[in-house]
Amino acid sequence: MFRFVLVRFLQAIPVLFLVISITFVMIRSAPGGPFDSEKNAPPEIIQQLNERYHLDDPIIKQLGDYLGNILRGDFGPSFRYPGRSVNEIIFNGLPITLELGFYAILFALTIGISAGLLAAYKPKSWQDYLPMSFSMIGICLPSFVLGPLLVLIFSIWFEWLPVSGWGQFNGDKLLPSITLGSAYAAYISRLTRGGMLEVLSQDYIRTARAKGLSEPRIILVHALKGGLLPVVTFLGPAFAGLLSGSFIIETIFQIPGIGRLYIQAAFNRDYTMIMGTTIFFAALIVVFNLISDIIAAMLNPRISYQGKN
Amino acid sequence: MSLLNVENLSVSFNTREGKTEAVKNASFSLQRGETLGIVGESGSGKSVLCYSLLGLLPMPPASIDSGKALLDGEDLLMCNKKALRHIRGNRISMIFQDPMTSLNPYLTIRTQLTETLRLHKGFSKKAALMKAIASLEEVGIADPEKRINSYPHELSGGMRQRVMIAMSLLTEPEILIADEPTTALDVTIQAQILRLIKRLQNDHNVGLIFISHDLGVIAGIADDVMVMEKGDIVETGTAENIYYQTQHPYTKKLLCSIPITGKPLSHQYSLETNAQPLLKLEGLKTYFHDNHVFMTKKQDVIKAVDDVSIEIYPGETLGLVGESGSGKSTIGRSIINLVNITQGKIMFNDKEISTHGNEETNISRRQIQMVFQDPYSSLNPRMTVFDTLAEAISLRVKLNREEMISEVVKLMEDVGLNADQIRKYPHEFSGGQRQRIAIARALALRPRLIIADEPVSALDVTIQAQILDLLLKIIKKYHLTMLFISHDLSVVRYISDRVAVMQKGKIVETGDTEDLFSNPQHPYTRSLLSAIPIPDPRKERQRQIDTSIT
Repeated sequence: MFRFVLVRFLQAIPVLFLVISITFVMIRSAPGGPFDSEKNAPPEIIQQLNERYHLDDPIIKQLGDYLGNILRGDFGPSFRYPGRSVNEIIFNGLPITLELGFYAILFALTIGISAGLLAAYKPKSWQDYLPMSFSMIGICLPSFVLGPLLVLIFSIWFEWLPVSGWGQFNGDKLLPSITLGSAYAAYISRLTRGGMLEVLSQDYIRTARAKGLSEPRIILVHALKGGLLPVVTFLGPAFAGLLSGSFIIETIFQIPGIGRLYIQAAFNRDYTMIMGTTIFFAALIVVFNLISDIIAAMLNPRISYQGKN
Repeated sequence: MSLLNVENLSVSFNTREGKTEAVKNASFSLQRGETLGIVGESGSGKSVLCYSLLGLLPMPPASIDSGKALLDGEDLLMCNKKALRHIRGNRISMIFQDPMTSLNPYLTIRTQLTETLRLHKGFSKKAALMKAIASLEEVGIADPEKRINSYPHELSGGMRQRVMIAMSLLTEPEILIADEPTTALDVTIQAQILRLIKRLQNDHNVGLIFISHDLGVIAGIADDVMVMEKGDIVETGTAENIYYQTQHPYTKKLLCSIPITGKPLSHQYSLETNAQPLLKLEGLKTYFHDNHVFMTKKQDVIKAVDDVSIEIYPGETLGLVGESGSGKSTIGRSIINLVNITQGKIMFNDKEISTHGNEETNISRRQIQMVFQDPYSSLNPRMTVFDTLAEAISLRVKLNREEMISEVVKLMEDVGLNADQIRKYPHEFSGGQRQRIAIARALALRPRLIIADEPVSALDVTIQAQILDLLLKIIKKYHLTMLFISHDLSVVRYISDRVAVMQKGKIVETGDTEDLFSNPQHPYTRSLLSAIPIPDPRKERQRQIDTSIT
């Protein structure tokens, strides 16, 4: 297992290197620069700014310097927030985004797995059709529609929950988490249903029935482990996607996480911010994929990462 | 009164196509210590009959239309779910066909064994574990304390079936239902498992219902035999009656279909003197490397084919027999370059075809065609018969539409299919018909050599005989040469001129078919031959006694 983890980490290095290089070159070849919106700045000042941030160096040298800095853990200064470093900005926003992501995935797992189990237990009945119809709606409804809709219903009509914010009012974390998690809940319920139906049709489930086991035991002990494998393998990319996709939610609900920073950085051509957040998200995707692979291996005894002796 | 009394049981399936009666008015009884063999081909309703007793059929679509199944006077069919669960695995246990899929791959043997004891007998965790270990020992698993913590995939097929048997007997049931328990196993393992089931049945004094399509297996184990055809019980009687005084024509047909009893059409092809071999393997080695992660220091090497040399002469059929994992299929795959060979030469018609290809080797390879085991998955489900065959023909010649249709029809008639089925898809055909399509596809390229890899293993005995006869007819008509790969010795004996026996990647014995079968030289060949069940109760029982002594 240790070797497997190590190898996967080593494989991540070239992946991250490519992501960094491609992003670096692409944002610099896009028209416009970080200081273009300083409308009245005379060309000499732009020139000076470019020199100060080494933007007039050849692109290969810039990339080399940047990679060197990253290895030292320095993502450079932000171009748009003078005096603040990218590291600082990311690590201020990170805990908030992580917390949001965690609640969202928790919501998605709870709702998704229970709906999936319910549907798989009695396929082609109303217990199947009802949750699966909801899940279809959940998949189709984009979060920028669902979010405002939930706000309209729960905050404005019923006045139960605050309209926006994060940690300022009671219950203000509820709506953003549900909005972010619902599409994933929908996917997870479908994956659970599919995985469980597949497992429940296996010969060994018939064996379990022939042994006289009760239905709850058959579902929870004999079928669940195998049935949830697709969900587990989906969780890695899902969690990473959730974090990077949170910018819509963060914008709608005025949450100061890094998703919002990412978007602002892109609009502002804040090169170092874009790079910092991109690298950060790429690394997250690699790590979460690895974690979900490890969990899948633990659930499935037939996958062995140790190799035979 | 008997332990189990089934009276007028009828089971049907309601599908969109309408109602099909799977079991019609079945009646039988079973005593403790007695064995009832149920014989029939696939779809005869033999499994449905037994599953319905334990409520294991999905309802709907299945429904029980009439009848009673009395276990000690209690009607199983009227039981509520809870009462039925108390009977399942406790008073009536089951052993299923495929030990690979019938054990839960995600749970250890320990969990799967102990849960029944804890559920039905209220054993403590520790007591259940002790009893489970003892039962593994009883079914002949070495080192049971350690083995009990294994997952199913860590055990061989035979061992898994032993675990399954141990599991079914843990609760000391009164009735054991064994549904084709040895069908997925090699003959030598089959012989061991049959002996084990018989011994345990005696020791535990259980009533055994043994379902099988194999008349040889049934001859050895059953006291009474029930023959089923399309849901009907066509004949019932003692084993002696069924085998020696066969009444029903269907039973007669079954008994005649076993290749070992029928003698083949005369197909001995007169070999030309000093003919050149059509196919020649010289020191063929095909190894598989277990590449795990790129840092692995030492690779595991699986020597699937290890230094094999064979020659096949024009017009002959060489049978290649061996048990699963012996490497026989890998030889076939190596010849048509589906796997890369490690070392050695493959000469076809005096040209080497093992090297990667120029145009010439490709043309040579086209003259070798393969027929695979599973006619269900080896035909593309989205292509009609016409598409499948036309695609193969167009590799050989360019034809316009009318010519193509007449060519396809000709091929279909060659393999005994009706021309009006030309637009049908594979799922509209039966297993035997699909194998006919597969054979037609191979013929479409006008090959000189056919490699048939277990072509009849997935088929019922009566269909097996038809397909074998078709192969013989075609070989004769087109002067083909065939490499016939099979685990089934009686099938190989029926169809082959010469036989090569394979064990662990090596050929251990080669010889003319009748010589080899009547006078086997290698001990492995002898053990294989002595393990084949004979469809004759007296001989089979005598054979079992003989082999258990040696």
